[in-house]
Order: sequence, then C-alpha cells, then structure tokens
Amino acid sequence: MSIPLVPLESILLLPIEEFAKNVTFKLRSGGRAAAFFAVPEEGAFRLVIVIAWDAEGRLELVSAMAAGSFPSLTAELPQLHLFEREIYELTGLKPEGHPWLKPVRFPGGAVKPGVMDYFRVHGSEVHEVAVGPVHAGVIEPGHFRFQCHGEKVFHLEIALGYQHRGVERRLAAGPDARGIHYAETLAGDTTAGHAWAYCGALEMLSGTEVPPRAQALRGIMLELERLANHTGDLGALSGDVAYLPTASFCGRLRGEFLNMTALLCGNRFGRNMFKPGGVNFDLSGTLRKELKLRLDDVFRDVETAVSLLWKTNSVVDRFDATGLVLADAARGLGLVGPVARACGIPLDTRRNFPYGPYHDFTLSASGRGDVYARAYVRWAEIQKSAQLIGGWLDALPAGPVEAPCGPLKPGSAAVSLVEGWRGQICHAALTGSDGRFRYYKVVDPSFHNWMGLAMALRNGEISDFPLCNKSFNLSYCGHDL
Amino acid sequence: MFKEIIARLKQGYRTMEFPSPDLKLPARGLGLPWVKTLELEKAAAACPYGAVTAGPGGGLDLGRCIFCGACAKAAPDAVEFTSNYKLCAGSRGDLVAGTGHYKRPEPVAADLRRILGRSLRLRQVSAGGCAACEADCNVLGTLAFDMGRFGVQFVASPRHADGLLVTGPVTKNMALALRKTYDAVPGPKVVIACGACAIAGGPYAGHEECPGIPADIPVDLYIPGCPPHPLTILDGILRLIGRID
Repeated sequence: MSIPLVPLESILLLPIEEFAKNVTFKLRSGGRAAAFFAVPEEGAFRLVIVIAWDAEGRLELVSAMAAGSFPSLTAELPQLHLFEREIYELTGLKPEGHPWLKPVRFPGGAVKPGVMDYFRVHGSEVHEVAVGPVHAGVIEPGHFRFQCHGEKVFHLEIALGYQHRGVERRLAAGPDARGIHYAETLAGDTTAGHAWAYCGALEMLSGTEVPPRAQALRGIMLELERLANHTGDLGALSGDVAYLPTASFCGRLRGEFLNMTALLCGNRFGRNMFKPGGVNFDLSGTLRKELKLRLDDVFRDVETAVSLLWKTNSVVDRFDATGLVLADAARGLGLVGPVARACGIPLDTRRNFPYGPYHDFTLSASGRGDVYARAYVRWAEIQKSAQLIGGWLDALPAGPVEAPCGPLKPGSAAVSLVEGWRGQICHAALTGSDGRFRYYKVVDPSFHNWMGLAMALRNGEISDFPLCNKSFNLSYCGHDL
Repeated sequence: MFKEIIARLKQGYRTMEFPSPDLKLPARGLGLPWVKTLELEKAAAACPYGAVTAGPGGGLDLGRCIFCGACAKAAPDAVEFTSNYKLCAGSRGDLVAGTGHYKRPEPVAADLRRILGRSLRLRQVSAGGCAACEADCNVLGTLAFDMGRFGVQFVASPRHADGLLVTGPVTKNMALALRKTYDAVPGPKVVIACGACAIAGGPYAGHEECPGIPADIPVDLYIPGCPPHPLTILDGILRLIGRID
C-alpha cells in the first residue's frame, strides 16, 4: 500500500537542478509519478514527488526547495503536465517552460471556469464544437472543446473545475470528525476507495494495525464498489451503441450490487462503513450467507447480460478500434486503472503494492487500448471481484472489526495507495510538529486519466464521443476536489 | 435475436410495485429519525454538521443531516433512525424532525397538477455533486424503479423541461451554468433540491467555494439524504405532482 512511515527530515532533498535531473532519470527508467505537489515551508515551498516503482512495488520520495519558479519537466515527462499546472494554480510557483500552462480548477472566481485559450485548428472547413458544462444526461459538469473537420475530431480539449469544492484545504486542517466524510464524498461513487486511502494514511501515521477481519470487510466493500461501477459502465457502453438489452439489464444489476453494499452498512454507496482503525459494521453468519447467495445470483445475471455484448456484431463493430490509446501514449501520460490495463500495461495497486486482504493478486491487462479492450477488461475484473468476495465470505477471519487509532506521529509523511475502480488512488499526508496535518494531497485516478480521453478522440468521429467518454468514465469531482 | 429473448426470459420481470407497504430502506439504512426527546445536547455535540438543536423548537434538521448516525450512536435514548424512506418536505422549515408529526410535502397547486401530474420532464443539473445523488437519480430510469411509468423523465435540454433537479452544494464555478439553465426552462417550472448538498451544503456546508442554490431560485421540493435512497427520491417527486399522498 505504501512506504513505511517516513520522517520528514529523511526525505531526499536536492538542489532544484539536481532534482530535475534525478526525477527525469527515474521517470525514464521505470518510475511513475504517483503524486507531485508543493508544500509551503519556511516562506518558500518544498516540491515533493512520489515516485512509484511499479515493477518492484516500491515508493520513493524526492524533494527540492523552490521559490517563485521551478524548471518544468513536462516537455520531457508529459505525465507531470497536470501536476505542474496544479502547483502553479495552488502556490504561484511557475513551472518555467511548461508547454501548456493553463488553469486546472479555476479557484477563487477571478477567472470563470472554461474561459481560457483553447488550442485551435484554423482552416476554412474547420469548426469548433463546445459541450458543457451542463451535459445532456444525468452526469457531473465539465467542458469539452472539439476541433472538427466534418465528423472527424482533430483535437479535444477538456476544461474542468466546475465541481471544485475546496476539499484538500479542508482535509489539511484535520484530522477531525468531518475528515472521513470528505474522503467519502470527494468522489462519491468511489467512497470505499477514498475512505480506505484516507483511513490508511491515518493508520500509518498512528501505527495502527487494522485487524484481519476488518481488512477482509474493507476488501468486500471495495470489490462491491468495483462490481457496481463496472456493471453500470458495461450497461452504459451498451446504451451508447443502442444495444438496449444489456443496457437495460445492467441498469438493474448495478443497483443489485449497490443493495449488497447497503446490506453491509445501510448505504448504497458505502458511506459510514470505513473508519480509522477498521470498519463500523460486521457480518453475522446469516448476513454472510445472504450476501453470498445474492452475489452468486446477481453474478449469473451479469454474465448473461454481458455475454450478449461479445456475441453481437453490431456492438463489437462499434467498440472495435474506436477511441484508440496507444500503450506508449498511456505510459507517457501516466494513465492508471482499467484504461491502462486495456493497453496491456500491467499496473494494478492490488498487485504492485499489495495492501489489506490482497495477496498474490492476478491482474487482467490485455488489449490494444480501444473501447473494446476497456470494456473487456471491465468484464475480466467483474469476474475477478466476484471471485475475491466469494473467497473472503467463505473464509472471513475471526476477531474484532476495529482497532483504536491513537495520535499521529509528528513531522512525518505517509503515502496511502488503493486501487479504486477507476485506478490508483493516492493520498499523501504530512504531519506538523503538533501531530495534526500540515498538508494533505489527494490524487484521484481521474487526475491522471482525463488527458487519455483527449488523446482517444484524436482522428475519431465526434459521434463516438459518448462511447469513448463512457469507456473511460472518469470522475469530474474527483479531479476538481 | 433469440439470444436476447432467452436472456430476457432468464432476467425476468423486475419492476417493483410502487408505492407498496412492503417497501423499506435496507435494514441497516438510516431513514426518518424518531426524535424521542428535545433534550438533544449529547446528540447535538456528536453531530459534525450542526444538524441537531436541543430545546424547544429544536430537533434534527434533515436538510443539514448527512445520515452518518453519529447522533444516534452517541445518544440512542434521544434519537433513533427508522427504515421509513418517506423523507421529503415542501419547505425548508418542514425538514426539521422534532418530537411531533413529520410533515410531508404538499403537491403543487391544482392548475400545475393538471399540467404536470401525468407528465413531468426534469432537467438534472449537477452543481458540485459527488456523483452519488446523480447515480441514484439516474437509477430511477432503470427497470427496477421505472419512473417512466409515472410519466416522469429526465430530458436533455432545459427547453424540454418542466423543472430542474439540482444536486450538489452549488459551487461558485457552477453558479452561472445553474442560473442559465434555470432561466432557460420555460414557465411554469418547479425546482427540486436533491440531497444534503443541494439543501444546505451537506459535507461542504460553510465552504466559500460552495455558495448554494441562490435565494431567488425558489425550491418546491427538498429531498434529504446523502445520497437519498432512490425510493426517497421517487416518493418525493410523485408527491410533488400529486400522484401519491
């Protein structure tokens, strides 16, 4: 899940030019940026990068002091582009030489969201299509600006920030009674993912060991969340190609998984389950049997519904070769989650950085990065999640479901990683000398992946946009915080 | 063609009867609170969102409540949550659950009921919503709940709509879009505030980034919850247009 707790003084601190060389070398030789942020320190800022060595399951922190500006690394390492823009927006530290320095969340109200210079294509037959913030469906807001030539999309630019609520600054003022609720709702369909990451950070900082029964229950919650969302996504993808049977069945089946989550904790989205030290609800013998029965029943129905997709030529024809993201682009942009795995990139936190009840996890990574691959990976993960939950229900460890969570170690850094259903979630917490948070960074997987969607639309047809968008299904509020 | 028919036979008919006396929230779910006494000091101290007020005129403000259950845990003799999913109210004040009877929303006036009673088209606006309220509104269109059978539908444009269903604490960054969408809905129109965030900010209450629904946009229906259970949302919408009482 993380590195062992790191005292702040032991984080590698380099002069800024060394930092640039060091980070460039590492991210070129197999490292990946899990987070990159700037912490206010001694009147200036300390840049901190969390480098994930996925193949080794190792995290590394590198830092440098900066004031006023710092050399941008984006041109060499595109995966840092949004982190550097975010640093600029939050702190004023200018990434010198950033090729795409634009707002991220438009905080403060000085600049209206979506009002910026869009990359334009000029020509007599080129036209621009603007969609959002309010979208036609029941969905969060965001702005999409397409540069089109007839039906063909040359370029898509995505402007977000409409959902910005000020989560990070408020989390950093904790820990307090509201903290868990911020974690639960910062991306409300990823309650289990973020709540686990948040609790994980607190547990690391306080040296709390979560009992095995609670770990298994947490695993059940996270996998149920994955099941619900992947099932919903396959239904929505089906709807986007007008294949109504699967769309209709999955619409109901998603709700069945949500109802199973509610069986455990009373809330369809898993609110009120996670707490630092463990979980709030246990599973009695009868409830366990009921959950197992429901799981088997619903999984059978999902299998019936989803198998129609691969057997229907009109569906496969729409999915196949649509919204292509090449593996090199995915790696270069630092994409995570099913989107990355659909390009064949073997990245899954449950495998690379095992945590909680996940041991010897086999990930599913294959495909050529089109909508078909992103759909098929979801189906593979649905099967895997059902298997995992079944296993935990059959062999739920005995014991308590919570452990007391004591005070946090002052002057320390904790990085908590969880594989949310969209991809890797990263929470980085730094404590001050008073044992309270000094800084809190949340990286939702969508923060990495929105650029992937922009790439997927290139040279595609604008009518394939809903399909591509749904095949990514990224979080607006998880990005905007 | 045949594989779809076989699949449909396997899936079965799954649309629930609504309303039905058998319908309840999940066993561990937190529905309408039973406020047993107005001596709510302990409950008030446990609430992270100031939803509980002790003393005369006090109670549990369902508009501020995110249904975390902290109050009931701290003071089980004062507050207990039931499985009753019927939580909606027609005015902000009616959302305070005291020791007395909880007031249900009145349907819209008779002339509006004639227009909207059998056909309500709603434009959903997510203004800072976390995606949970949005998801549980969307689920109403799926076959288990099938709100289409009551004539209720979400539409793609405010021009096609009879009203707005707002979710989220209404961020500064969505204020203009919400205003424009509201103005674009032709009258007569209704506004529904769905979820704790839309009513009073939810977990984001007090954030300067989230000013909330502007005071000059009148709200006709308040749906509490975080997120409200789809049964709660459906119950509220149907009461608003006078389809159930």
